[in-house]
Amino acid sequence: MSGKFDSPSNYEKSKKQVGYIPRNKATKQTYTKLGFKCGLEIHQQLKTEKKLFCRCPAGIYQTPDDFNAEIIRHMRPTLSELGEYDGTALMEFKTRKNITYRLKNENACTYEIDDTPPFPINQDALSIAIEIALLLKSSIVGELHITRKQYLDGSIPTGFQRTAIVGIEGSIPISGKKINMIQLSIEEDSCREVSDIGHERIYMTDRLGMPLIEMVTYPEMLTPEEAAEAGHYLRFLARSTGKVRTGIGAARQDVNVSISGGTRVEIKGVAHISWIPQLTHNEAFRQKALLEIKQILANKKLDEKKWEISHTAISERKFSNDTIPQKDIRKNKYALIGVNLPDFKEILSFFTQPGKCFADEISDRLKVIACLEKPNLRFSEESNSGIDWSVVRQKLESRENDVQLLIWGPYEDMKMALETIAERCHLAFAGVPNETRKSLPDGTTIFERVLPGPDRMYPDTDSAPLPIAEESIIRLQKKMPADVSENLKQMRKWKFPDDVFAFILKKNLFPLVKKIIKDFKLHPAFVGTLFGHNLKNIEGRITPSSIFEYERLYQLFSFLEKENLQPDIAKKMLPIIYQYPNMDFESVLTTIDFKKLTEDEILASIPDLKEKFEDICRKNHGAQNAWIMGRLRPRAIGNMELKRLWTKLDGGE
Amino acid sequence: MADIFKGYKGGALAALKKYKIRVWSEAHVSTSRGEFKGIILPRSENDDANHIVLKLATGYNVGIAIDSIEDMKEHGYKEAHYKIPEKEFPTSPDRPNIKLLGTGGTIASRLDYRTGAVIPAFSPGELYGAVPELADICNLSTDKLFAVFSENMGPKQYITLAKAIEKEIKNGIDGIVIGHGTDTMHHTAAALSFMVQNPPVPIVMVGSQRSSDRPSSDAALNLIHATYTAAESEIAEVMVCMFGPTSDEYGLLHRGTRVRKMHSSYRSTFRTIGDIPLAMVERGKITHLHSTFARRRNDRNVKIIAKFEERVALLYYYPNMHPDIIDSMVDNGYKGIVIAGTGLGHMNKPVYPAIERATKAGVAIYMTVQTLWGFVHMFVYETGRDMVAKGVIPAENMLPEVAYIKLGWALGQTNDLEKVRELMLTPVSHEITDGEPYNGYLVYQGGIPEVEEFLKKFHK
Repeated sequence: MSGKFDSPSNYEKSKKQVGYIPRNKATKQTYTKLGFKCGLEIHQQLKTEKKLFCRCPAGIYQTPDDFNAEIIRHMRPTLSELGEYDGTALMEFKTRKNITYRLKNENACTYEIDDTPPFPINQDALSIAIEIALLLKSSIVGELHITRKQYLDGSIPTGFQRTAIVGIEGSIPISGKKINMIQLSIEEDSCREVSDIGHERIYMTDRLGMPLIEMVTYPEMLTPEEAAEAGHYLRFLARSTGKVRTGIGAARQDVNVSISGGTRVEIKGVAHISWIPQLTHNEAFRQKALLEIKQILANKKLDEKKWEISHTAISERKFSNDTIPQKDIRKNKYALIGVNLPDFKEILSFFTQPGKCFADEISDRLKVIACLEKPNLRFSEESNSGIDWSVVRQKLESRENDVQLLIWGPYEDMKMALETIAERCHLAFAGVPNETRKSLPDGTTIFERVLPGPDRMYPDTDSAPLPIAEESIIRLQKKMPADVSENLKQMRKWKFPDDVFAFILKKNLFPLVKKIIKDFKLHPAFVGTLFGHNLKNIEGRITPSSIFEYERLYQLFSFLEKENLQPDIAKKMLPIIYQYPNMDFESVLTTIDFKKLTEDEILASIPDLKEKFEDICRKNHGAQNAWIMGRLRPRAIGNMELKRLWTKLDGGE
Repeated sequence: MADIFKGYKGGALAALKKYKIRVWSEAHVSTSRGEFKGIILPRSENDDANHIVLKLATGYNVGIAIDSIEDMKEHGYKEAHYKIPEKEFPTSPDRPNIKLLGTGGTIASRLDYRTGAVIPAFSPGELYGAVPELADICNLSTDKLFAVFSENMGPKQYITLAKAIEKEIKNGIDGIVIGHGTDTMHHTAAALSFMVQNPPVPIVMVGSQRSSDRPSSDAALNLIHATYTAAESEIAEVMVCMFGPTSDEYGLLHRGTRVRKMHSSYRSTFRTIGDIPLAMVERGKITHLHSTFARRRNDRNVKIIAKFEERVALLYYYPNMHPDIIDSMVDNGYKGIVIAGTGLGHMNKPVYPAIERATKAGVAIYMTVQTLWGFVHMFVYETGRDMVAKGVIPAENMLPEVAYIKLGWALGQTNDLEKVRELMLTPVSHEITDGEPYNGYLVYQGGIPEVEEFLKKFHK
């Protein structure tokens, strides 16, 4: 439905009413006015050989069709304290999913399928988690208590994630302010989803059980940019230990956003920190839009308690195949149902996100809760829908200000579908529903599930509490890397260009950069740009023939020093060294046609060059030295400091 | 006074007393590692005396070392009360009446999220709240006979159970379900098979391998399968109903005398040994695998022989066993010994004199096999023949635990060793079979291509 509306004017009009502006037009004031608040949960995999609660290897991945066996499970909610089911739990149970796990012998044992209790926690993982908690200046707990956190989507075969708090509180500095931490926990990673179609959801268990930490901030970021900055900082901090995994999926973010009058909404599984600003920007305005809808409904003076939808079965023959999937409906013997939403005129086409309207909120929930694959609805405020809504309106006895939907799918799912529609509409009266949403690359989000509360945690009766001794904390403190903010300060002092910081911190190259500068007494900015510009650029275009270790650059400078070569030759050698990590440095020099010359040999050609210049360009004497420098530079690089060469030239012999 | 410091001892208890902090109170704790705020939780009896447990606002629990505590203050107090809200179990005259007898295992439960406690559900109302599907199957009533862990089930409990079953049958029940911990379920199943003979209705034992507080628990599905079997099945025998595969697919009905727990933690841990299971059970469907079984009847006749001699032992033979093990059993007044021997039912020569001494002293000695599958054959090798000559009686293909239970049951009825021998070797409920079916012994080995193919195709 996206974008096409019966009254496109209503979509545009409502967008204006919400006050939506693109992110590049937004200022700090935009967000202050909205009451924007954002918190982060950064998930980071730890680099350990084995998984957290079993001895399976960590990081051995499979492809969706590569498996040795499958098992099937269902998740049943357990009653809460009040004898009621948790909202999320109930929703997942309503969906009645068959959950299939694909197992690979190499990366899963009976623990992954919940047929064996946990083994003692992986001590390497715990040490890394404590180290990162210390870097966050958190208070380390005296005793680790493994807790079960319920997940009913099937992403963990037990139905809960084993997790434990390592430290609470702490803080990180970002530009001009401090962001406080709530906690750092260590936990097992979940399964990777293969597919989720109708009532069948499939997972692979390769990633399941890998050690992970979750760093949670208070909702103290007041602009999307601050959120991204804090995200980067936390990632750099974790990487500074050199003991975390990198690569696709190794770090994932959950971002929660709220605005004044809105609700905390969690955007799950944000793959890149650079996506955070656009996602949070759009979410803030989505909440604003939902609050506008709430106001409109209030203005209509509808009695929410009495407000209800009505529905009727409709024959698919009344419509053409290009308006509804008529053939599918016939082939699968689907139900086709018309639904009347009384007094909801202009609500369904109301703007919620760029290219999306309120009808999408309903459609998303129909997919997740009622298992109706998209497209799953049409609505009477779409433009050029080609549907003759008068047929539907007549059957539903609709009044002028009512809106109609057409939905289709298996008969047995229709009850849930109607409940879902009614529920979402009722929630509109209250404003912004509590939910978790999935991020899309275009910066918009879709409904994922109802937001779970803290009421889904209970102790893991399979594990004993584990004391964290003072000695082990002291031992870890001694080996801790320097603070990221200190590293940033040092790089500024060295006058590194701003654009090299991210690369150096992301790849945890600061300790190496520092060592190279110190041991070989090199000009700091030269080393900084060599890494942050040259190396970054090379990494982006060249694939190394075997694994390239950054330590190789230390060896390079050590070689240059031994051979008494000038360090600037490193820039020329770098692409070859990166591409062929096993090639010895002598051969690299040969490859780039380097010839070893003494200073005298270089300077000896100056008189000849002067003559040549005069032949070519007698008139312009001022350019002479620059021209000679240009001729000599290739031969001088590595052999003679260029500054010295210039001085010799300029000294005028 | 002790109650408000639930589970705390030693230094931790002293710290709570010093700062006047009660369990369940909202506390603010200052420590050398930082500030912590949360609810003080009870501590498990077996945990150390050096930490205090706190539940944070985020729902997580953490422990605080007492030697790091600088100050503690109590801010509020709210004691937890464990109670499951009951919903009335709906009944209908069209549905069979089923009795659930409880022995102590947790069949269903709910969580107290404030404290993290798991609270068992047992009354029909509580069970209806946890597993509402039961109401579509039967009219359920429940009776808690005792609250013991599976490993503490013994002769006294077997006898109580047998008598309770008799009472239910006489009262006209349509089927009986027994909730039981899984560790010794097969012992109790064997005992009931001998003590409750020729019942007119199904007697179904059920438990769970994963506690019912977890979403992926097998408890609810096992209970649904067991209740359906008790309500609808034609098989009027003592059975164990547990997961067939580890997947949530179907349950298997195993004969009480041929079933054994075969894995310490798998859901599909119960297997029929030396035979095939009786049937498969799914929601609303029972598929018979065995054609011969005792059928459900309308009469209320049942023969109860609730007897048990406690001085019976099960001895797992190992190489280098010394005769004094057997001697000490005789000296301690044991009346019967079941041996799980090696291979076809063997022991080493040094124990022969002890065996001779035992049988002469009137101790009944029966031989079973620790291979579990297969019959005792004591005439194949000389060792076997020697032992038979010394009075050891081969117990055919009775499982060691079943032979142990049966010997206790037989000696509970008579001291006449000839009568005991007759009781032991006359099958009551398939504990001894005429032979072993070709498909009775199946232990697949992973890695073999055809087995891997099977595993990929079918849910284990």
